[in-house]
Amino acid sequence: MSGQNQAGLVLGQETGAELGEPPRRPRRWGLGAGRWLLPAYCALALAFLLVPIVYTIAFSFNDSVRTNIAWRGFTLDNWLNVCDEPGVCEAFGNSLLIGVVATGIATVLGTMIALALARYRFRFRSGTNLLLFLPMATPEVVIGAGLAAQFLTAGVPKGIGTIIVAHAMFCLSFVVVTVKARVASLDPALEDAGRDLYGSPGQVFWRVTFPLLLPGILAAALLSFSLSFDDFIITYFNSGPVNTLPTYIYTAATRGIPAEANVLSSAVFLLAIAVVLIGQVGAQARRKRLGIATR
Amino acid sequence: MARGLFAESGADLQLVGIRKEFPGFTAVEQLDLTVPAGTFFALLGPSGCGKTTTLRLVAGLEEPTSGRILLGGRDVTDTKPHRRPVNTVFQSYALFPHMTVLENVAFGLRRRGIDDPLGKARSALRLVELDALADRKPAQLSGGQQQRVALARAVVNRPALLLLDEPLGALDLKLRRQMQLELKSIQSEVGLTFVHVTHDQEEAMTMADTVAVMNRGRIEQIGSPEEVYELPRTAFVANFLGQSNLFPAVVREAGDDAVGADVAGHRILVPRSRAQRTEGTITLGVRPEKLLLLTEEPTPIAGINVLGPGRVTDVSFSGVSTQYLVEVPGAGTVIVFAQNLVFGPVVEPGADVWLSWRVEHGFGLADAPRGSALQQAHEALVGGAET
Amino acid sequence: MALPAFAGASAPATGRGGAARRSGRVALLLLLPGIAYLLLFFLAPLLSLVMTSLQSPSETVFGQYDFTFNWANYLQVVGQYGEQIGRSFLYALLATVFALLFSYPLAYFLGVNLRGRPILQSLLLVLVVAPFFISFLLRTAAWKQILSDEGLVVSTLKALALLGPQDHLTGTPIAVVFGLTYNFIPFMCLPLFTTLERLDLRVVEAGRDLYGGPFTTFRTVTLPLSMPGIVSGTLLTFIPAAGDYVNASSQFLGGTSSTMVGNVIQSNFLVQLNYPAAAALSILLMATILVIVGVYVRRSGTEDLL
Repeated sequence: MSGQNQAGLVLGQETGAELGEPPRRPRRWGLGAGRWLLPAYCALALAFLLVPIVYTIAFSFNDSVRTNIAWRGFTLDNWLNVCDEPGVCEAFGNSLLIGVVATGIATVLGTMIALALARYRFRFRSGTNLLLFLPMATPEVVIGAGLAAQFLTAGVPKGIGTIIVAHAMFCLSFVVVTVKARVASLDPALEDAGRDLYGSPGQVFWRVTFPLLLPGILAAALLSFSLSFDDFIITYFNSGPVNTLPTYIYTAATRGIPAEANVLSSAVFLLAIAVVLIGQVGAQARRKRLGIATR
Repeated sequence: MARGLFAESGADLQLVGIRKEFPGFTAVEQLDLTVPAGTFFALLGPSGCGKTTTLRLVAGLEEPTSGRILLGGRDVTDTKPHRRPVNTVFQSYALFPHMTVLENVAFGLRRRGIDDPLGKARSALRLVELDALADRKPAQLSGGQQQRVALARAVVNRPALLLLDEPLGALDLKLRRQMQLELKSIQSEVGLTFVHVTHDQEEAMTMADTVAVMNRGRIEQIGSPEEVYELPRTAFVANFLGQSNLFPAVVREAGDDAVGADVAGHRILVPRSRAQRTEGTITLGVRPEKLLLLTEEPTPIAGINVLGPGRVTDVSFSGVSTQYLVEVPGAGTVIVFAQNLVFGPVVEPGADVWLSWRVEHGFGLADAPRGSALQQAHEALVGGAET
Repeated sequence: MALPAFAGASAPATGRGGAARRSGRVALLLLLPGIAYLLLFFLAPLLSLVMTSLQSPSETVFGQYDFTFNWANYLQVVGQYGEQIGRSFLYALLATVFALLFSYPLAYFLGVNLRGRPILQSLLLVLVVAPFFISFLLRTAAWKQILSDEGLVVSTLKALALLGPQDHLTGTPIAVVFGLTYNFIPFMCLPLFTTLERLDLRVVEAGRDLYGGPFTTFRTVTLPLSMPGIVSGTLLTFIPAAGDYVNASSQFLGGTSSTMVGNVIQSNFLVQLNYPAAAALSILLMATILVIVGVYVRRSGTEDLL
C-alpha cells in the first residue's frame, strides 16, 4: 500500500520535471534586498517609538526658566532640586499612594475572581465574564463621567478616596485576565498531587497553588500599578482638588510643563525599564540554564 | 537498605458497586473489585474506558455516585484525599516545579508531621538512585528521572496502596521497558499493594500479578496475565489483549468434552470448558501464533482443527516471526504468526494454504466484536438461525 | 507585561479535577467581593449616567437638574455634536488602521524572525512597550513640541514644499490622528506579537509546500492564523482612541477643527456643568462602540476571544 503511494509520488515528480517546471525551492523572507528590508524597517520603527521618550528625558536636563520648550543648555538642577517646583512632588506622592492602594485592592479582588472563574463552574459565569469584559470595552471618558455622576448624586466629595475607588475598578478586569491565564496554564494534577500527599485544602493553596500563581499575580500587580500611575482621563473626572502627576501635567500644559515633571517621569521610566530588563534577562538566563541541564 | 524504611505491608482494596456519573456521561458503570494486599494489580483498557476515573475514585480525588470503597476493611468512601493512606504517581508526574526534588519527596511527610522528613526523603531518593540530584528542580531532570522522583514521592509515605496512573506513558520504549522492571522490583522490595492503570497490554502483562481488562466503564475479565490471554471471555478482551482470529460459527453438536461448530462449512471443535456458550451462534477464536500454515491439505486427525483452503494475500517479515494474511472464503482474513525457523517466507502471496490448530487452543465466545463485519455476520447468522 | 492574556485564545477553563469540584460556596465567596465592587463602581455608575442623561434643568434652582425622562437630550446632543461624534470614529478608525500597518511587520519580525534569539527578542519587546512607562501626557506634549512650527519636522516639510509657508501641523486633524496612532501602537503590537510568536511555522511551510507563493501563503495561512491578535489589537486601539480627548485637546495636538467627542463630554461635564448632555453623549459613545465591537467580533469569527 505505502509502496504504491511512494511510487506515485516519484512518478509525479518525474512528470513535473518533464513539463520543465522549475523546482520550487522554499523562498525565505531573507533573500537579496528582502533580507534587510524587514530588520531595517523594525529598527526605524523602534527608533520612532522612542523619539518622544528621548525628548522627554533630554528636556529633564534642560536649563529652563519658566517654560520648558526651547533648549537652553544642560543642567542637573532639575534632578537635584525636583521638589522646588511647587506641587509636582505632592502630585507624584499622590500618584504613588493611589497606585499602591488601588493595585492592592484590584490584585486581591481580581485574583479571587480569576480563581473562581478558572476553577469552578457556576450559573452566572457568562454574566460574570461580561461584567469583567465591559470595563475594558468602555472608553475612559464614559467610566470617568459615570463615576463622577454617581459621586455627585451620592454627595461623595471627590479626592484621593474617589480616585482610588475608580482606579481599583478599572484595574480589576486587567488583573482577572492576567491571573486567569496563569491559573488556566496551571496543571490541575499539581493540586491533586498536593491533596494526595496529605495536604489540607489550605495547605494545598498556600504551598502549591499560590507560589505557582505568584509570577502571574505579580505581573498583574505591575500592570495594574502602571495603569493607575499613568491614568489621566478617569482621574481628571474624579480628582476634585487633588492632583496626581498626570492631572498636574495636564493642568500645567496650558502654561508650560515644568522640567521637574520630566525629571519624575524619566526617573519612573528608567526604574521601570531596569526592573523589566532585569526580569526578562533573568528569565532568559534561567531558561538557558535549565535547557543546558536537560541536555 | 530500604527494607526497614518500608516495612509496613500494603492493605487490600475493595470496591463495592462503584458507579460514577459525570454530567452527560457515565464513566464507571458498575464496578466490584477486590485487590489482595501486596499484589501488583493492573487495570487495563483503552482510553476513555473509565480506568483513570476508577483510580481517582480510589485516591479520593473524585467521589463515587454510588458504591463503597474499602481499604484494609475500613470504609474510606467519605474520607478526604489528604486523609487516605493512598498515594498516586500521576500520569504527568505532577512534580511541584517550584520545589527541589528533595522538597517534593518530603512534601507528604511534612504535611503529616513525620519526624526527619528530609532524611526519609533522601532514603527514598536512594531507593530510586537519584540521591545525587536531590537539590535540582524537576525541570532540570529528564523524563525518566522525573518519573522516578514521582515514584519516590509517593512510596516514601508508605501508603497502604500505591496508585500508578499510566506512569510510563511519556517515556520512550527502551526506557519504559527498563522502568517496568524497576517498578516491579521496587514493588516486591517494599511489599506495597500497587494498582497500575495502563492502556499498554504488554506493560500490564509484564508487570502485573493480576490484570483486569476494562471497557466502557465495566470490567470485562479479571485474572492472571496468562489466564486472560489464553482464555479470553469476551471478544473485546480477545482483541484488546493481543490479537485473535475470530470466526462466526453455529453450534451443530455439543458433547461432554467438546462443542462442534460450523465455520464456513468446516467442522471446528472447541473444548466445552473453553466455550462461553454451547448452543446457537457463537464466535470461535484462536490466537495467530497457535496456527500452523500447511501447503497441502492435511489428513484429518483427532484433536486438530483444519480450515482451508485459503489464499495468502500478504506476507510481512518482523524479525522474530513472519505475519501471513490468509483469505479463507466464508471465514474472512486470518492472521498467522509463524516463527522464522528458516530463512525467507514459507509461502509467497497467492499460494493456497490450509490452517490447522489444536482443539484445546481454541476458545468460544458468546459475543462478537462491536461494529465489526464479524458482528454483522454474527447478527445475520443469529437472524438466520431464528427463521 | 501588559495584556498578553487579552490576546490568546482562552484555555478551557476547567481541567478534570476542577469540573468535579462542587464547592459552590467557595466559588461564591471568591467571586462576591470583586463582583460587588464592579456592580457598585462600574454598573451602578453606568446606570446613574443613563439617569443623568434623562434629566432636564430644574425650574426652581438654577444649576440643578431633575429627572424627567427627557429623551430630547439625545436628539439635542446628536444635532449639536454630530460632527464631533463622527470625527471621533473616523479618527479612531484611521489611527487603528495606521497602527495595524505600522505594527504588523514589527510584531512579525519580533515573533517569527527572532524566535531563535530570545535575548534580542525580549530586549526589542521591551523597546516596543517602553512608551507605556513614560507619562502618556508627556509623550504627547513631546510630540507637540517636535511637531511645532519651530520644530525640525515642520521646517523640513516646508523645505520640501510638502507644507505651505502658512501651514501648521499641530492643531490639525493630521496631528491628532498621528498622536492617536503613536499612543496606541504598543496596544496593537503586543497582542499581534503574542499571536505571531505562537504561530506554527510548519503550517506556513505546508502552505509553501502546497504550491502557495509567499504572498498567497501569507494571505491564506499566516494572516488568518493571526486574526486573534489582529482583533485584540484593533479593539485595544479603537476603543480608547474613540474616547480619547488628550490628543485632540488644544493644549496638546488638537485644535478647534479637530475636537472629538471626548473633549465635548469633558467640557460639558467639568466646565459647563451640563451633566445631562455629557451623560447622553457618554451613553451614545458607549452604545455605538459596543455595537461596533459586537459586529466586528462576530464577523471576524473570534467570539471566543471575549
